[in-house]
Amino acid sequence: MAGGSGDSTTPFDSGRLTYAVKQAGFAGLLTAGLGFPIIAFRAEPDIRNQLALQTRWSWLVTAIVLLAAARFLSLMLDGWRARTLAMAGLLMAAFGLGSAWFASQAAPALVWGTIAAGLLCIGAGFWLELRAAGTTAPAGPGPLRRIAATRAGALLGNWSAWIGLGALIAFPLVMLGWLGPAGSLKWINNYGVQILIFVMLGWGLNIVVGLAGLLDLGYVAFYAVGAYSYALLATTFGLTFWICLPLAGILAAFTGILLGFPVLRLRGDYLALVTLAFGEIIYLVLLNWVDLTNGEAGISSIPRVTFFGITFYDEPGGFSELFGLTFSPIYRTIFLFYLILFLALVTNFATLRLRRMPIGRAWEALREDEIACRSLGINTVNTKLTAFALGAMFGGFAGSFFAVRQGFVSPNSFTFIESATILSIVVLGGMGSQIGVALAAIVMIGGTELLRELDFLKQLFGNDFDPALYRMLIFGLAMVVMMVFRPRGFISTRAPSIFLKKRKGVSSEFVGQGSG
Amino acid sequence: MRWQTDPLLHVEHLTMRFGGLVAIDDLSFTAGRGDITALIGPNGAGKTTVFNCITGFYKPTEGRLAFARTGRAEAADVEELTNTGARFAHEPAGDIYLLERMPDFEIAAKAKVARTFQNIRLFSGMTVLENLIVAQHNPLMHASGWTIMGLLGVGRYASHERAAVDKARQWLDAIDLLDRADDPAGDLPYGDQRRLEIARAMCTDPVLLCLDEPAAGLNPRETADLNALLLSIREQHDTSLLLIEHDMAVVMQISDHVVVIDYGVKISDGDPDFVRNDPKVIAAYLGVSDEDVDATDVNMDAETGKEARP
Repeated sequence: MAGGSGDSTTPFDSGRLTYAVKQAGFAGLLTAGLGFPIIAFRAEPDIRNQLALQTRWSWLVTAIVLLAAARFLSLMLDGWRARTLAMAGLLMAAFGLGSAWFASQAAPALVWGTIAAGLLCIGAGFWLELRAAGTTAPAGPGPLRRIAATRAGALLGNWSAWIGLGALIAFPLVMLGWLGPAGSLKWINNYGVQILIFVMLGWGLNIVVGLAGLLDLGYVAFYAVGAYSYALLATTFGLTFWICLPLAGILAAFTGILLGFPVLRLRGDYLALVTLAFGEIIYLVLLNWVDLTNGEAGISSIPRVTFFGITFYDEPGGFSELFGLTFSPIYRTIFLFYLILFLALVTNFATLRLRRMPIGRAWEALREDEIACRSLGINTVNTKLTAFALGAMFGGFAGSFFAVRQGFVSPNSFTFIESATILSIVVLGGMGSQIGVALAAIVMIGGTELLRELDFLKQLFGNDFDPALYRMLIFGLAMVVMMVFRPRGFISTRAPSIFLKKRKGVSSEFVGQGSG
Repeated sequence: MRWQTDPLLHVEHLTMRFGGLVAIDDLSFTAGRGDITALIGPNGAGKTTVFNCITGFYKPTEGRLAFARTGRAEAADVEELTNTGARFAHEPAGDIYLLERMPDFEIAAKAKVARTFQNIRLFSGMTVLENLIVAQHNPLMHASGWTIMGLLGVGRYASHERAAVDKARQWLDAIDLLDRADDPAGDLPYGDQRRLEIARAMCTDPVLLCLDEPAAGLNPRETADLNALLLSIREQHDTSLLLIEHDMAVVMQISDHVVVIDYGVKISDGDPDFVRNDPKVIAAYLGVSDEDVDATDVNMDAETGKEARP
């Protein structure tokens, strides 16, 4: 944080806003004072090799605004989560502004997208603060928490979920209207569809890892089974996507049970090792069973997705022609976006309902204490197998979506790194939390994609600098930092599945991580 | 003597070996229906091993554990069942379960034998209420049509879940934890956790409830409350109790029948008065642990004066 005296936990009952504004102003002044000689002026050799003083007022203003805003936000928000989110939002907004200012030809979508995302994040931070006040005893006396204690605050919390859903539904159409068919393709496909695939995979794995507490390092195997199921069924028997989808789910669930049986007695590290090996086995089978899978070359010319029988090709009877639109591949992408959104929402809905079913509670009880489960008459074998099967089934759905989207599958799409990514999403999000997993998928997948857009850094570090090469490095560091400060993920509080009088979050210190 | 006239559990020639170590050696006793049976013995006598055999967490090396869930286990019926190789039989005289043949979860689910643990095993990250709902897993699983009907929202799962919550509420009322229903179980004080574990076991509607040192770590006040709770369970819920306990205040006050084992062998069996005056018991206790000696002494001094000292 910037300078400025005072400490963010000062118990100001009223006038917190004024206090925060004052402190922010002070931080800004301090930055101005300190930054004036350092940032605002720069001596550079000119053509005659004499030092000339250059001014960089814009840099100084940016620094002042940024630090004042950071100070303000940190004083207004009490919760750890809310603060982190708001700070991330601030950085994103600053990044957007920065690329608008410094990059010679920044994509307007990128600029406005990051600024909007940043503001959204800050808003989400405030929302979290409000919600925290609604679910736990009002700890801090901040003005936000008092608002939240009222009914209006509770309503706000409920609305935001619907607003989020509405934003998701509107996303491709807004992008299309704004950037046109060619410009929006990248955003809908690389960001929208790609993130949603991983949201869905994360939610599927969340059943196994987050709820049942069974560490699975080979989840990509089920994704692969789903993808190859669709690819083979569609190319060999000519079955349509909507018939293949449940079949792929069933086949993947069956594979899940197949994995489940040998690992039933294993716990902890041993379980993780066997699941890891299982993922590799599936990969090697796909690679070497050339008669069935065509080996390394993969399966191509898989039937592409159709709009309930109407193709998306530029042909008579195709989607564009039928609806009187100019042909563009964007319509297929938009349909794919809604398809994966639908599948992900089904996964989420099913998981949320399962948590309130006896089987869901048994999964969580299994994560807490397996021996106690057995003493209560719970068949732990069946419970574990159901967790594996259901988690695998959703992975299979996602896999067959992957196949219909790409039109091509090969073993190289299903390597260990995919499993690791999905598992990181679940762990980063907070095991068992649906919202957390979705957030983590956005950060992990969207974040890596966004790092590709850092071209403006060339202005700072010279043209040899290629930010895309540093993607994974920055990303790994960010993960390490994240795990140091939030070891139980973004959302570590467990929401109870049922309550008698008041729903209170369960602090992560009590929640087990599972040993099986 | 109910354990002779109406026995619920027949432990016959129970032997448990761990490699070369004989933890239980040819132990036989019966527990009566409606009785509170106490299993006592010095540290390391094999009491918890007996419990683990009865509740299926260990497979006994030898021996038979015939459990008459209802009615009586006639000797002829038990012999016939033993020879068939089946796990249970519904005879006209009563339902018989051979516990040594059943896996642990089936013993809890079918034979209706529930247990608690010496080191409390609650689902600490779940709320108090959730702990009691998880205990009603099997009936709820049935009501939700093995999840499928419940998931689709068809059928009567919602009403059954409400009934389960009501049952949990009654138990919370009985153990005085209604106000903490929505708090994580791991957040409760020790004494409350002990009582919650008992309530959770009772939510499975057991015929026999096995308690492994329920009074361990409780203060005298909490121990008195525990005694009242255990007596009320027996009175109101048709549940027989089998308990391991070191606290003689609990054992002597509430139990109807005491079985004493030492080094895996039964050394005494009878009502509390009989056991208290049995020279073998006194010898076993005086020879082993100071703590237990004191406890026994206090009781003996009160009842029989100083003559019991060797």
